[in-house]
Amino acid sequence: MRNPYRTQKIAFFFLLIATLLIVIPVGIIVLIIIEKGLPAISWEFLSDIPRKGMRAGGIFPAIVGTIYLVSGAIVFALPIGVLAAIYLSEYAKDNLLTRLIKLAIVNLAGVPSVVYGLFGLALFVVFFKFGASILSGSLTLGIMILPIIITTSREALESVPYSFREASLSLGVSKWQTIRHIVLPNAIPGILTGTILGLGRAAGETAPILFTVAAFYLPQLPSSIFDQAMALPYHLYVISTQVPNVDEKTRYGTAFVLLAIVLVMNLIAIIIRYQFRKKKKW
Amino acid sequence: MVTFGIKNLDIWFGAAQALKQVNISIESNEILSIIGPSNSGKTTFLRMLNRLNDLSSNCKMAGEVRFGQEDLIKIDVELLRKRVGMVFALPLPLPLSIFDNVAFGVRMHGERDRKILENRVEEALKQSYLWEEVKDRLDVSAFKLSGGQQQRLCIARTLAVEPEVILFDEPCSGLDPISTAKVEEAMLKLKKKYTIVLVTNNVKQAARVGDRTAFFLSGELIELDKTDKIFTAPQDKRTDDYITGAFG
Repeated sequence: MRNPYRTQKIAFFFLLIATLLIVIPVGIIVLIIIEKGLPAISWEFLSDIPRKGMRAGGIFPAIVGTIYLVSGAIVFALPIGVLAAIYLSEYAKDNLLTRLIKLAIVNLAGVPSVVYGLFGLALFVVFFKFGASILSGSLTLGIMILPIIITTSREALESVPYSFREASLSLGVSKWQTIRHIVLPNAIPGILTGTILGLGRAAGETAPILFTVAAFYLPQLPSSIFDQAMALPYHLYVISTQVPNVDEKTRYGTAFVLLAIVLVMNLIAIIIRYQFRKKKKW
Repeated sequence: MVTFGIKNLDIWFGAAQALKQVNISIESNEILSIIGPSNSGKTTFLRMLNRLNDLSSNCKMAGEVRFGQEDLIKIDVELLRKRVGMVFALPLPLPLSIFDNVAFGVRMHGERDRKILENRVEEALKQSYLWEEVKDRLDVSAFKLSGGQQQRLCIARTLAVEPEVILFDEPCSGLDPISTAKVEEAMLKLKKKYTIVLVTNNVKQAARVGDRTAFFLSGELIELDKTDKIFTAPQDKRTDDYITGAFG
């Protein structure tokens, strides 16, 4: 005899296990980083340059470098990504070419980041002669997160009910006005979700910045976008594998700061998203 | 005066023909009811009048359609839709406040003056018999209204851009009898100023409000006559079968 009540219990059990399998390891990672990294955090650690071959001092240049790089990537990728998504979902005719382009963009999101690093090296550093610089690194990171932003923005735009468009068009309102005043405002929360995902990825990747911007050691802050800069993920890699005898505390402290920066940036996006959701009238 | 003159109209969606050789002229300030079973082409006919069919990329059209003296397909489509408004089967409020819903079209057509907007909104809501129910809460979301109120809001939104023709696509299909009566009352008042084309699945509604009634079947116009004539002495047996319910 099948017992639907028992079946439900079993299904519920497996769903719970799957969720725990995700939540617990992530929780443990965060806890370890906080436990081991927090003791390293001091005003000096956050505001000083690295000293004694990066074994002492702080990580200020790397923090600044990461903030520059992520901001640069977003400034570059968000407008282009949203405009491309609007074109693809609202204007492009639904034919084989458009579908191929959409498929290609989705797949680009899965390309390994080191490939973007090499691409950035060839295009921005060598071809455009930007050299290893914040500009090259930001553009490379921007290109890396473009597919994420385009795909999520497209989904956000397409989730706005078609009937809204029809109602607006039936009043003699132009297509662009309809997109600008009806579709886009209702897609912004979804677009911001894509931005959050892109932000996290841009802040954490090492490979794309390896050849395009990251400096092994720079005792001063970059003075223009054509300067090299230190960045937290690369710095973490360096002090974990390239420099002997670095305190565990320093390494976990760096990881902790990287995590905190991503979290704060996400928090800003989440607050903006919340403000828009509150205004949503349906 | 003739508002729409339609000659030998054919419409296809891909390979399927939705309308076959339709000839109708729609007079100014009349309510023309269109009845017929599902898939008879009546909604396609309606959406042709403000070219909403253009939104389907596989839609093709042949024949001659005149709006007043002008050729329908040569009129700027945004201007046409401003002059030929539409109310849909389901209430489709925009995700805005009540006020902003009604003001939306007017604003988009360039009106910025707050006083003028307020007057237009009030007038439109009065014409659709909604003003008394919403005048104290114009800034709440349109989605807070009941279905019948939402539909009258949509009528007000269409009226606010001051069209010449209003197309109703089964406007009462989701409404209770009392809301339906209110919408019908609004329509009867509106025909003094506007030309109305009403597609309805409700034969009795066509009998109540239509000056003339057209019967569509499988993409063809079977019969078109004064409403009381259609309902008392139809010329075609299929019309008779449909209105008496003997059909299918």
